[in-house]
Amino acid sequence: MSILIRGGRIIDSTSTNDDGRAADVLIDGDRIAQILDAGSDARADTVLDATGCVVSPGFVDLHVHLREPGREESETIETGSRAAALGGFTAVVAMPNTEPPHDSRVVVDFVRDQGRRAGLCEVVPSGCITVGREGRTLAPFAELRDAGVRFFTDDGNGVQDALLMRRALEYAGQLGVTLAQHCEVSSLTHGAVMHEGACCSRLGLPGWPSLAEELMVHRDIELCRLTGSPVHFLHLSTERSVDMVRSAKAEGLAVTAEAAPHHFTLTDEALSGFDPTFKVNPPLRTPSDIAALKRGLADGTIDAIATDHAPHAPHLKEQPLDQAPPGMLGLQTALALALTELSMPLRDVVAALSWKPAAIAQLADHQGRPVAVGEPANVTVFDPNATWTIDRGHLASRSRNTPYHGRTVRGRVLHTVFGGRAVVVNGAATR
Amino acid sequence: MKHLRSIDELGADGIVRILKVAEHMAEVNRRPVPKVPALVGRTVVSLFFEDSTRTRISFETAARRLSADTMTFSVSTSSVNKGESLRDTVETVSAMGVAAFVVRHKSSGVPWQMANWTDASIVNAGDGWHQHPTQALLDCHSIVGAFGIGPSTSCLKGLVVTIVGDVRHSRVARSDIEAFTALGATVRLVGPRTLMPPDTRSWPVEITDDFDAVIGDSDVVYMLRMQRERMNEALVPHLGEYSTRFGLDGDRAARMKKDAVVMHPGPMNRGVEMMIDPSELPRSLVTNQVASGVSVRMAVLFDVLGGQEVVS
Repeated sequence: MSILIRGGRIIDSTSTNDDGRAADVLIDGDRIAQILDAGSDARADTVLDATGCVVSPGFVDLHVHLREPGREESETIETGSRAAALGGFTAVVAMPNTEPPHDSRVVVDFVRDQGRRAGLCEVVPSGCITVGREGRTLAPFAELRDAGVRFFTDDGNGVQDALLMRRALEYAGQLGVTLAQHCEVSSLTHGAVMHEGACCSRLGLPGWPSLAEELMVHRDIELCRLTGSPVHFLHLSTERSVDMVRSAKAEGLAVTAEAAPHHFTLTDEALSGFDPTFKVNPPLRTPSDIAALKRGLADGTIDAIATDHAPHAPHLKEQPLDQAPPGMLGLQTALALALTELSMPLRDVVAALSWKPAAIAQLADHQGRPVAVGEPANVTVFDPNATWTIDRGHLASRSRNTPYHGRTVRGRVLHTVFGGRAVVVNGAATR
Repeated sequence: MKHLRSIDELGADGIVRILKVAEHMAEVNRRPVPKVPALVGRTVVSLFFEDSTRTRISFETAARRLSADTMTFSVSTSSVNKGESLRDTVETVSAMGVAAFVVRHKSSGVPWQMANWTDASIVNAGDGWHQHPTQALLDCHSIVGAFGIGPSTSCLKGLVVTIVGDVRHSRVARSDIEAFTALGATVRLVGPRTLMPPDTRSWPVEITDDFDAVIGDSDVVYMLRMQRERMNEALVPHLGEYSTRFGLDGDRAARMKKDAVVMHPGPMNRGVEMMIDPSELPRSLVTNQVASGVSVRMAVLFDVLGGQEVVS
């Protein structure tokens, strides 16, 4: 099977500007076979029109909830993978809070295999830091590493015990894996529904103070300093968190960070109508937090845009606000929100969606690679200028909890090639 | 007005409109047969997911005096206990032909969510810590009556209302603050920082923890209920210290202005926030509040259901 991507311009980690280079890309099997001058007369089994489009390495999402095993009413690995492919992702890191969670080889093997069966993108299982994500005893890091896991987190829960987190970093550092923290000091967020501030005060809802995140960011920066082991910060949401990570990086500490599109596009005021679609953890915050996240993305303090794609079936989100589970869809809207809301060079947006997260997840040998001869054929083609209106009824996820229903955005994925197969063509999944 | 969910939604003009209609309703309630046919054939369902016998009875009395049919959906005996969702409950009851739901729920925002699932009017009888608009309206009605003021959008101008206690967890306080300030009152909150909402910088109120410093120039002293379970959340050291600092006792009552009034939304915690029997106070509005409740709720139901019959 050969694929010719015709008429686009390549932007990858070797690009020095946003113009990219006009070229046609010929894929043969699972590798890029030739980079041809634009307008070549090469032939292929499948020709993908990329006129006016950017051809980039496939996107890598460090943070998705695929719900399988255990919550298949909300999402399956197949439906989530389809949403990922439609969003331009060729790899997604599956969070461990499934039922059962990713704390044994059996579960991570199952998740990876289900991803292979779906064949729409690479599904990379993360591992738990603690058994059952309960924060009491360390998960079997070496067993999980031998099963291919390189990225460990108790996402959904922060590791509360500082000693346990220290031990985890010491132990994991020797194994060459990365720990990722969901920063939330839970004693400060008991029962919390939304950001603690003026809006929750008015709405009579228990607040989730920024401090609860910042205390743990601070603690883990210091644990990183103490142990020398890398720490990745999941879904940063506050101004001071960004500032602390910036300082830590300036000191040369091995910290990395991600931000989710909803945290740089929506504020706590979105909850004024009490719609649980807007409930997410950490919560939507304030305009100054949004500005800080945008600055952090622009100056590289925040390495990656990660969606925290969190599907929930309608009946779960229709509960009263304090009972509805937190989380929102993200895979199919991430690129468009980044292009619409961030005033960053295109190359930097693609970097935050592709090769930078690929490096954090230790996937850089086959994801986020340059679009060049001999490289694995994981390629995304998107039109950075196409506008479209987000419709929750037309998303591939099994759930519909997007907070962006009805919003018009700019930037659209047209084609996704994963492992040499065109899994998305003209905005539609082929499998 | 289709729904009554918050005082903000109602606005100052709406408050005045309700207070004026409530005057007519009070007159109806003084008749030998206190009943008018304003809402004949309309069904009002009380949907109480949280117990509140007094509020429910007040609403049901109001509905019956307007000749509406009333139904009670009691959660303890209902399908909710069998796992039925809020949406299914609302849609199921709604399908029976309901004109208005009167809803009480422990979660803030439920009246707004319900409006997605029914065409009926929704009257909020208390949602979480958020709003209890009919309580605020009956409080305004009681104050206006006690001071002999005619309802207008500035009728509380010049009055100082001091609200004492657990504002953080109080839907009554949130509605009262909006209503009193909408009508021109100066509102003051008294309590420890732990019992105030986390961010009140945009609220048109003064906040203090010195009850003694402000009691002497208050026209209305509004005591909030202090719930015993707050003791478990490190919000105050113990009830005794709370009572000492923020309870209304004889000494404090003696220092109130001569014509100042005391209010409480009920049920009172004797010996906690109320260290004195209200009947020993020169001017307690506690029973007036209860009486105002029926007239005000009649006015609210009449308003949301667009009652056409002349009430005179």
